[in-house]
Amino acid sequence: MNMQSKMPITAAEQALVDSFVSQSGGLPGDDATMAIRNDFIEEIKHAGLPTRRVETWHYTDLRNLLKSIPVRDGNEGAAPVVSLLASADVISVVDGHVLECVKTADIGFSPYRENLADGSAAKRMIARGSDDLIGQINGAFVADGANIALADGAKRDVPIEIQVSHGGGQCHTRFPVSIGTGASGLFIERHIATSDRGAFVSSITDLHVGEGADVVWVISQEQGLADTHFGQMNIVLEANAKLTLFVANSGGKLVRQEIHIAACGENSELALRGVNLLGGDSHTDVTMTLDHTVPNCSSEQIFRNVVFDRANGVFQGQIKVSRIAQKTDAKMACNTLLLSDDGNFSSKPELEIFADDVQCGHGATVTDIDDNHLFYLKARGIGEKRARGLLIKAFTAEIVEELDNDALIEALENRFEKWLDNHG
Amino acid sequence: MLEIKNLHARIAEDGTEIIKGLNLTVKAGEVAAIMGPNGSGKSTLSYILTGREDYEVTEGDILYDGKSILGMDTAERATAGLFLAFQYPVEIPGVATMQFLKVAMNEQRKARGQDELTTPDFIRRVKAAAAELKIDMNMLKRPLNVGFSGGEKKRAEILQMSLLEPRLCVLDETDSGLDIDALKIVSDGVNALRSPDRAIIVITHYQRLLEHIVPDSVHVLYKGQVIKSGDKQLALELENDGYSNVIKNAA
Repeated sequence: MNMQSKMPITAAEQALVDSFVSQSGGLPGDDATMAIRNDFIEEIKHAGLPTRRVETWHYTDLRNLLKSIPVRDGNEGAAPVVSLLASADVISVVDGHVLECVKTADIGFSPYRENLADGSAAKRMIARGSDDLIGQINGAFVADGANIALADGAKRDVPIEIQVSHGGGQCHTRFPVSIGTGASGLFIERHIATSDRGAFVSSITDLHVGEGADVVWVISQEQGLADTHFGQMNIVLEANAKLTLFVANSGGKLVRQEIHIAACGENSELALRGVNLLGGDSHTDVTMTLDHTVPNCSSEQIFRNVVFDRANGVFQGQIKVSRIAQKTDAKMACNTLLLSDDGNFSSKPELEIFADDVQCGHGATVTDIDDNHLFYLKARGIGEKRARGLLIKAFTAEIVEELDNDALIEALENRFEKWLDNHG
Repeated sequence: MLEIKNLHARIAEDGTEIIKGLNLTVKAGEVAAIMGPNGSGKSTLSYILTGREDYEVTEGDILYDGKSILGMDTAERATAGLFLAFQYPVEIPGVATMQFLKVAMNEQRKARGQDELTTPDFIRRVKAAAAELKIDMNMLKRPLNVGFSGGEKKRAEILQMSLLEPRLCVLDETDSGLDIDALKIVSDGVNALRSPDRAIIVITHYQRLLEHIVPDSVHVLYKGQVIKSGDKQLALELENDGYSNVIKNAA
C-alpha cells in the first residue's frame, strides 16, 4: 500500500493560515469558539484546498484556482450603496461589520458578533462534512453578520435588503434567518464590491422557513472582477412552506455559491431560479443539494447561464428523495447560452431516488443564439449587436419575468442589461 | 425600384444552385405577383432579397433604386426600406412584442437620421395600426409571435409592415394558413399600403389572394428563372390550367 505523499502547501493555503494568525486576536469568540476556529484552520492546513479529486469540488479545483488571499489593511473604506429596490429596508454590512439594522416591530434583529462573543454561535459552527471548505473558512474567520427573525404571521410588504459590501480585503459574515409560521416577505441578499482592489469573501446564510410561510429570497452577487466569493445557503423548509429562491451571479473572479436545501415538512414548495452571467476569465460554480425527506413536496429549478470570453461555469445539482418521500415532484433544468469558443460550462445533475412513486426529471442544454431568431430581428432593421443583445436578454428574461413583483423584475433586468451592455 | 439582373444564387452550405439566371423588374407603385410550383425558388428569392447569409449570390446583381444591395447586410437593407413578411414568422420567447416593435421602429428611424419616437407617440401609432388589422392589444403584450395562431402571426407581420413603412414589401405566402375572413383583413391591410412610391411583391400559390390584392404584373418562377410574365390575366390562366402549359411553352 502506498501512502499518498502530502502535496506541498500552496501560496493561497499559506496565506489562509497566515491570515488567521494575524486576524485571530481581533476575532470575537469565547475560548470554545476560538478553539473551533482554530480546528477549522488546522483541518484546512491538513487536508489542503480541495482538488478535482474531491467529488464535490471536481469542476472547481481550488488548489489551482485560488491563487492568493488579500489581507485586511484598514483601507477598505466601503460605504452603503443605493438599495436594489428603492422601497427596501436595508441591513448594511460594510467591510464585514454590521452598521445598521431594521427597526420595525415584525423583525427581530441582533448582530451575530454577539453570538460569537458569548459562545452561543458555537452550535452553528459545524462543517457540513470534511469537504465543506466554505463552512470551514467561514467558521474560522467569521467576524459578524446578523440574526434576523420575521415574527409569526408577519406579512411584510416592505422588502428587506441585506447589503454586504466591501472595499477589498476580507469579509466573512453569517446570517441566521428565521421566518415565523405563516409569515411572508421578500429578502434581497446582495454582495457588492465598492472597489476593484480584490477581496476574499465568505458568507453563510441559514434560512429556516417556518410552517406555511411564503418567502422570496434573492441572492444578488455583484462582486468585483478580482474577488473571490464563497457563498453558502443552508435552507430548511417546514410543512406547507413556500420558497422562491433567485440566484443572480454577475461578478467575481472565483465564485462558488452553494445552496443546500432540506425539505423537512410535507407540502412544501421550492422554486429555485438562477441567472449566471459569466465573462472575462472568471470561474463561477453553483452547487445545489436538495433533500426530499418527507412526502408530497415539490421543487423546480431552472438555471440560465450566459457565457462570454474565457469564462468557466459549473452547475452541480443533486436531488435526493428518501424512501418515504412519496409523491415528490422534482424538476431541474440547466440551460446555457455559450457565446464564445473559449468559454465553458459544466453541468452535473445527480438524482438519488429511493421512493417509487415520484416524478423527478432533469435536463441540460447548451446552445448558441438561434440564427432564425437573429435573422428575423435583423430583417426588421435591428443591427447585429442590438439584436444579439435582445436575444440574450430574452434568454434570461423568461425566468426573471416569472417573479411576481414588477419592481423586482425591473431591477434585476436593469442590472443584467447593464452587465450585458459591458460584455456584448 | 427593383431590378434583378441575371441572378444566380446557391445554398451556401452545399452549393446547390437555386436561382439560375433570374431577371425581374418591379417599378415604384407596382404590385407584382410571383407564382410558381413548389420548389421553384420563390421563398429563396425572398431570402436573397433580404440578405440571408445561408445563400450566396454567384452571378448577377440586385439593384434597389439603381444601386446594388448585395454588399448590404440584412439590417441595412431593412432600414433602406426593404421588408419581408415571413411565410413562417419566428416565435421568440422572452422578447415582448411591444418592446420589439419599439426597438425596430427606433433603430430604423435612427439609421435614417430621424428622432426616436416618444412612448406616447409609439403607442398611438401601434394602437391605430392594430385597430385597422383588428389586432387585440392584449396579443401584443405577449412575447413575439409566441402562442399566436397562424392568422395572428400573419396579421402581426402586416402590422409590422404598416408601422415600419417600407418602400419595397415582399410578402412570402402571406395567404397560407389564413381563413377567408383573415385573408380579407390582411389583404385590406396590404391594399392600404399601396402607394405610388411603394412597390409590393406578392409571392403566392393561389389566385385567391390576388382577387383581394390585385396585381399589376404576374411572373411565373420555375427552376430559378422567370419563365413567363404577364398581367393579372396570367394568374387566372394558371388557376384554370395549372403550370404545365407555361412550363412546356417555355421549354
